[in-house]
Amino acid sequence: MNGMTHVTVTINNERHDVKVEPRMLAADFLRDELGLTGTHVGCEHGVCGACTILLNGASVRSCLLLAIQLDGAEIQTVEGLGGVREMHRIQAAFREHHALQCGFCTPGFLMTVHDILGRLPLRSDEEIRDALSGNICRCTGYDHIVKAVRSLVTERDKVTNQ
Amino acid sequence: MTDTLPYIRPKYIGQSIQRLEDSRLLTGRGRYTADRKVPRMAHLAFVRSDQAYARICNIDTEEAKVLTGVIGVFTASDFAHIPDITAPSKMLNYHATFCPVLARDFVRYVGEPVVAILAVNRYVAEDAAALIEVDYDPRDVAVTARAASDPTAPRLHDSLESNTVCSRQFLAGDCATAIDAAAHVVSGQFSMTRKTSVSIEPRAYVAEYESDKDMLTLHSATNIPGIVRDEIGRLLGLRGNKFRVVTADVGGSFGGKGSLYPEEVIVCDLAWRLERSVKYVSDRMEDIIASSQAFGEEVEATLAFDENGHFIALKADILGDIGAYSIYPWTAALEPVQVASFMPGPYRIPHYSATVRGVCTPKPPTGPYRGVGRPMAVLALERLVDKAASTLGLSPTDIRRRNLIKADEFPHRIGSGIIWNRSGFHECLTAAEDAVALTALQAERADRTEKWVGIGFASYAELTGIGSRIAVAPGMPMNTGAETATIRIDATGAISAVFAISSHGQSLETTLAQIVAEELGVLPEDVNVIQGDTSLTPHGTGTYASRSAVIGGGVAVNATRALLVKVKRVAATLFGVKPSDIQTGNGNIFVPNTNYSIDFPEIARVVYSDMSTLPQEARVTLEVQETYDPIFGTTTSATHVAIVEIDPETLYIKLRRLFVAEDCGRLINPLVVDGQVHGGVAQGIGAALLEDLKFDDAGQPITATLADYRVPTSAEVPDLEVVHIEAELPDNPGGFRGMGEGGTIGAPAAIANAVTDALSHLGIEVNALPITPSKLHALIALRQDEIDRSNE
Ligand code: FES
Ligand code: FES
Repeated sequence: MNGMTHVTVTINNERHDVKVEPRMLAADFLRDELGLTGTHVGCEHGVCGACTILLNGASVRSCLLLAIQLDGAEIQTVEGLGGVREMHRIQAAFREHHALQCGFCTPGFLMTVHDILGRLPLRSDEEIRDALSGNICRCTGYDHIVKAVRSLVTERDKVTNQ
Repeated sequence: MTDTLPYIRPKYIGQSIQRLEDSRLLTGRGRYTADRKVPRMAHLAFVRSDQAYARICNIDTEEAKVLTGVIGVFTASDFAHIPDITAPSKMLNYHATFCPVLARDFVRYVGEPVVAILAVNRYVAEDAAALIEVDYDPRDVAVTARAASDPTAPRLHDSLESNTVCSRQFLAGDCATAIDAAAHVVSGQFSMTRKTSVSIEPRAYVAEYESDKDMLTLHSATNIPGIVRDEIGRLLGLRGNKFRVVTADVGGSFGGKGSLYPEEVIVCDLAWRLERSVKYVSDRMEDIIASSQAFGEEVEATLAFDENGHFIALKADILGDIGAYSIYPWTAALEPVQVASFMPGPYRIPHYSATVRGVCTPKPPTGPYRGVGRPMAVLALERLVDKAASTLGLSPTDIRRRNLIKADEFPHRIGSGIIWNRSGFHECLTAAEDAVALTALQAERADRTEKWVGIGFASYAELTGIGSRIAVAPGMPMNTGAETATIRIDATGAISAVFAISSHGQSLETTLAQIVAEELGVLPEDVNVIQGDTSLTPHGTGTYASRSAVIGGGVAVNATRALLVKVKRVAATLFGVKPSDIQTGNGNIFVPNTNYSIDFPEIARVVYSDMSTLPQEARVTLEVQETYDPIFGTTTSATHVAIVEIDPETLYIKLRRLFVAEDCGRLINPLVVDGQVHGGVAQGIGAALLEDLKFDDAGQPITATLADYRVPTSAEVPDLEVVHIEAELPDNPGGFRGMGEGGTIGAPAAIANAVTDALSHLGIEVNALPITPSKLHALIALRQDEIDRSNE
């Protein structure tokens, strides 16, 4: 077996110094090594988006990255958003609009939404749909997800316009 | 007590209450099977067949066995003690198949598990899998159902006389004579390709061995925990005291997790034998090529009608591609026979005849998938209905209105024997017609320069919440008609409600809590719904076939009402009044307009802990168990409307609008119902425009990734519009009708009709789904050829 490689990474504001096999996927590293099972694996080939995390603030697919590529990075996973009793606004909006059913795609959507809310104008539903089209949800038909994001955009723009 | 105001208990049924399961699912604290990690857990990987049909000549496992970290390498002979998986049925002309948990002597589809490797982690297990060599001697194959149905085709199972594993006929009236005598006849050939469920969570199983009790718990991503417990228990000789199945959070199923799989039997067997926990999580490719698949039918059908557009007779010939094995427990008959059962639809059609055949092919077995048979049935019939309309120059809504069963004609038995009860057939059609503002569309439809715009309708009815008198799959010797619930108030006054049904996205933790809360007079968040653990309930099958709201909801109503009787009796003794004077609501038990009032913790204390207030015989356990069986089923109906526009240059088919008017009875949670309709419709859109499991001439799957098997993304699904009709509540405890599948049933036909309408100037009909730009291109070229030839 290949030797182990040292990785230093900050995940949800917690610093980790660990040794990993060079071939270990970032998704497996988060889930199996660190127990952060909120990041889900739906395809392992970069299509479904369930494994989306934030790497230095940008959304990336943790199934397409190796754990060693996280070295030196700031990572945020769904566990870093909000807690069960005090949710992040994005999580609360998903709940209000019933934007999840089985919940398996949800962590990936939440991280993607976190990214696009900070980066894109999202003025029309079409733009929202476009921005979300890299994440697959098989349960909701997307309607309620789009509504949740729309409400978050409205909220965001109200604040920035004031 | 006169002059009292009538007390109205707070209503939770019908409220869009936020879901109770969401807080964990939104924060990454869900408990999916793949999340499980226990000490010394071993990991399983499989070597799967890369041949469609072949004899296994040799399996070389030597190198794999000695790899560091490998615990064991297993082939069919290591599981000789496990009976083959076989699905019995009382249906005539049904021939069961026998599926060993690992392929023995032969492989019959690409993806069939051949070798199982157990290792300390998944990485090592896969390394070992790569070291295993399997020699095959390929056999001739008949890949399509058409080819396999030929009597001279190579047989997939030597033990069977032919590849036709099931066949059945339906006959009502005198169809042939009626068709001959009819003024008009339309016919067509219709088909739907194979689909796969694509739940975003792939299939996953963890069998945990508990040495302290010498007991096994299978954590399974399944939607039929009770069936899995019963059958694996039978196969391995384990009863409920040694074996239980738990489904915590399941990441969608849509039917794909609704059958028994060889992998879950193997996981259990190895864990039991080795006294060590075993985990298997399939990857996406395995999930696509080795989970149950769906649809895959060809239908030839004829509809006869009179000059006024009244239907007279319907004839159908259905050929189903059922794959390599008849799946447990549903059998190969599930999908194709359901096409014939539902083919007559929501219409008056006096004469009906149908023949169905299910044929073995070297592909994964077909099993349940959202809609089961009905998307195909509705596609064929609704295309014929539109063809009949254009024959007579009637509008699509006119012809439907003339033939839909009317309110005073229920109950109505259709030609296949299904009985429709009162449901809003006409009301849904009218609502759909009103919603789309047809006149405004006409101008756009007429102008064919920029865009080809088309509109399509599809009306259907389905049977949901099916009771014990009707087998969910024909001849299946299993009671899927009953559900049990236990509702209890514990010593702290907390309410728990235990169900055998489980949820894989249906929001049952919330909707069942709403029902219990309303019936008992507490708040929904005070009710702890416990489900998906076979050790907590005597019997139950699972969530499928749009049954949980009707049967699970029904038993929730009955059990809670029985518990309320107990609560009132205790309170009446306490207050010295009649039980009928007692009311409950908002967590209180009281006599209106008096100061007699206690809460649930207090009544619990009085009953369980306080030894002086109540006489001993009044201190009854506040717990009730009830079973409910609706005996028959309830009718759900809908009309879907699709509006499409086609770009004449690229032939890109854009779904512009999709509108649904449906009657699912009383809504428990409107937001949840909308979500179910949306999700179903999105899958219907996929079936109509994108999803296509393709196999080459050798039976190799060529769409084994999500890049090749395309499911709808947010870019392909439009805003979805849903209207709920409540024509008349069904006669069951809650007034609920099942609705989880309807979206997938109506949308494909509506879209096929819309695309056909958009192509009307070219005289092209869309009778095979999915319809894609490249298939459209081929149809147009074919049509052009026909025109050219007739001009010669
Ligand atoms: S698991 Fe990473 S994109 Fe699907
Ligand atoms: S909520 Fe189930 S896949 Fe999105």
